[in-house]
Amino acid sequence: MAEVEVLEDEIDLSALSDEELVIQMHDDLYDGLADEIFEGTTILLGRGWGPSKVLDEALVEGMRIVGIDFRDGILFVPEVLLSANAMKAGMGILRPLLAETGALPVGKVVIGTVKGDIHDIGKNLVGMMLEGAGFEVIDLGINTDVEEFLGALDEHKPDILGMSALLTTTMPYMKVVIDTLEAKSLRSEYMVIVGGAPLNLEFAEAIGADAYCRDAAVAAETAKRLIAERRALVA
Amino acid sequence: MSDRSGASVAAGGRTLVVACGALARELLAIVEANGLDRIDVEYLPARYHNTPDKIPDAVAERVRAASDRYDHIYVGYADCGTGGRLDAVCEELGVEHLPGAHCYQFFTGSEAFHEMQDAEIGTFYLTDYLVRHFDRLVITGLGLDRHPQLLSEYFGNYTRLMYLTQVHDPILVEKGRAAAERLGLKYEVRQTGYGDLETSIVGISLSGGRQTADLDEGAA
Repeated sequence: MAEVEVLEDEIDLSALSDEELVIQMHDDLYDGLADEIFEGTTILLGRGWGPSKVLDEALVEGMRIVGIDFRDGILFVPEVLLSANAMKAGMGILRPLLAETGALPVGKVVIGTVKGDIHDIGKNLVGMMLEGAGFEVIDLGINTDVEEFLGALDEHKPDILGMSALLTTTMPYMKVVIDTLEAKSLRSEYMVIVGGAPLNLEFAEAIGADAYCRDAAVAAETAKRLIAERRALVA
Repeated sequence: MSDRSGASVAAGGRTLVVACGALARELLAIVEANGLDRIDVEYLPARYHNTPDKIPDAVAERVRAASDRYDHIYVGYADCGTGGRLDAVCEELGVEHLPGAHCYQFFTGSEAFHEMQDAEIGTFYLTDYLVRHFDRLVITGLGLDRHPQLLSEYFGNYTRLMYLTQVHDPILVEKGRAAAERLGLKYEVRQTGYGDLETSIVGISLSGGRQTADLDEGAA
């Protein structure tokens, strides 16, 4: 075991082929190694990879694997947070380059943790996965009341509103926001996705949300599906 | 805990409380202090505190397994992060559970808890049980022993640690202070006693008594 660890420590990322490096970056994301992800991202860009290709094939695919093992109970929250921090290291390099390409975002999402709730780990993961999936994300932070949500919707005109809650006591506030959208005849303008540990599909349906997302990877997949469905309807 | 002979069950009105293991000391104290010898308590693992999605099925399994042995079964959980799923399970099984969202709420009382929460939204609560097992449930449970750099991600939005004491043991009060220091939060202590937990458990004992002749005699 000690020999293996020494060998792994000695991996020279720059000596790997593109294919080997991407696989290694998946492993490094899984292990939450931010420095290695920073280095791998830099190497791929230096070899002429576009920022979208690095994002999709190295980072997003790596986080998809992390998401599957989180869903299956193989990885837990601390490990996922470390993986997310590693992905952030790569995103820090890619974000300005992606902006420079001028590519239009897949869609726009306003997200926030609802009023009375300060928990943002899940919401932050969702924001990162949405950004990785090509969305422009406006994050309103924690303890967000209905006026703040409405103000952001009016200002940013997103496709999707995402709300998060960790507490049984705060999750009903999602219905307050949705009911207010209904009352102001704004509900049909936005797709609403909700998530958080105490939520489930039945709750999401009961409050009139468009989708329940059990984790960050599902949130990104769901957002892409909802956008595609709406555009298909319009076309 | 208390005697559970077939004769006494047949004589009338034994009650089982299916409870969170984190309430074991408190329930034992309440049962003993109030002479509730017709109440038995069975516990589910306290570690479900960190994985509340496991609570509803575990409760249902235990209630079903015991239903032919007891006249009345009560569930010693609040919602505890199940997002209403425990409500649904209890309704299906025809049993009741403790009021409120969490043990913090039924120890404090609903109104006082909401006042406390409104006064400072970033409050992290501990009870006697959670102070006793702080290292295992919070530090190890959240992976902070292995990855201390995650502290700000878990607790960056918190400002205060509120220790809700049940027995007010000075040693635990100091352990609570150490926990607050470790998390970088200001520290406050509020003595709650057993709050609505005691009221509820004594209440179900009394309501069971009204249904059976020998408990009526005892009450008289």
